[in-house]
Amino acid sequence: MEHLKKYWKRNLLYLFVLLLIWFSISFGCGILFVNELNAIKLGGFKLGFWFAQQGAIYGFIVIIFIYTFLMNRLDKKFDLDEK
Amino acid sequence: MSVQIWTYIIVGITFALYIGIAIWSRAGSTGEFYVAGGGVHPIANGMATAADWMSAASFISMAGIISFAGYDGSVYLLGWTGGYVLLALLLAPYLRKFGKFTVPDFVGDRYYSQTARTVAVFCALFVSFTYVAGQMRGVGVVFSRFLEVPVNYGVVIGMFIVFFYAVMGGMKGITYTQVAQYCILIFAFMVPAIFISILLTDHAIPQLGFGARLADGTYLLDKLDGLHEELGFARYTEGARGMWDMFCITGALMAGTAGLPHVIVRFFTVPRVRDARLSAGYALIFIAILYTTAPAIAVFARTNLIETVSETPYSKLPAWFGKWEKTGLIIFEDKNGDGKVQYVANKDLNELTIDHDIIVLANPEIAKLPIG
Repeated sequence: MEHLKKYWKRNLLYLFVLLLIWFSISFGCGILFVNELNAIKLGGFKLGFWFAQQGAIYGFIVIIFIYTFLMNRLDKKFDLDEK
Repeated sequence: MSVQIWTYIIVGITFALYIGIAIWSRAGSTGEFYVAGGGVHPIANGMATAADWMSAASFISMAGIISFAGYDGSVYLLGWTGGYVLLALLLAPYLRKFGKFTVPDFVGDRYYSQTARTVAVFCALFVSFTYVAGQMRGVGVVFSRFLEVPVNYGVVIGMFIVFFYAVMGGMKGITYTQVAQYCILIFAFMVPAIFISILLTDHAIPQLGFGARLADGTYLLDKLDGLHEELGFARYTEGARGMWDMFCITGALMAGTAGLPHVIVRFFTVPRVRDARLSAGYALIFIAILYTTAPAIAVFARTNLIETVSETPYSKLPAWFGKWEKTGLIIFEDKNGDGKVQYVANKDLNELTIDHDIIVLANPEIAKLPIG
């Protein structure tokens, strides 16, 4: 039981950190701080606009792959992976 | 050969392909029927999920909406892809682990309650009917245009074909046709985008092209902002919607996306939980190809549209304008009688009304690509 509790705790930690990143690149950079970021330019893009229409989506992909990697490693470590 | 005959041949071939796949992959057991025997490769499943996503709404309407709304249109981009992250992190792996085919099954077993299961069934039916109503209309429009019959017949014919298909092949047939469909759709979406991007900014990648300089050295987005200001619209990159409005709409779209039943069931078609996670990642890559190109198409189309029509004499407008006018999806009324098109934000002076849904379809012509 102790074993599984530890697994679940680590699982929640991963989720919390990843969802924090998820929130900050979409709602944060794309909406809440868009005006501040728009003062910075990335080529022809205003940075806030870029996050809202491009950057956040690239970030989402990275988040899912990091999650996949972390969870697969965790499953193995706790010997919970399906063979 | 005329364009009409080519259309029949190409549509005929794609249909033969789809039906061929359905026969080849027909279901032999319950497991195969519902979840394709749980033996679909993660990449194939990713493509199928992405094809599910690219319903008529994403494929035809989204770039058009963004084209008219500018930054405000970001709610759809953020909402639909961001919701997918919630689905992949919080729902899909757990449902997969639980080993039930449907969400109502999961709810019923997890909460030990037949009532909860019934409520979940009704929710699923309600969601599915609402969703299918929109999609069937799209199917109907396509069939009515293709077979030249009224749209109601188009819906019925489309329904029979889909029914035949789903009953025979089940999830397995649908999964593999979705893979084929994804390839066809993304090809049709990307080719014009790439060529217009090269034409305007010399970049072959539209995602970079819409942030690049035009031939005269100004940035495309700066130019579009300038055009918008001239005509009285809100600046394209800033939009008109309030911050909390944006925040709440995005949140609502994310929650809705995370709950789409036809996408959730996709995660049951792969062999293991590990594959479910991986296939979620692949699916998002395939979805992102469309979703990051759409805003580029929106900018190209918007700039070309304004430059083509604004202050142009009605008699000198290109041929596509007249063609779409006939469908009633573009309406021009010369309010001040000067014979030119005034396309401005002020409703009393504006003379041009354009349906958002035609942007993706008309985009190649607006950009003067040599098509049709």
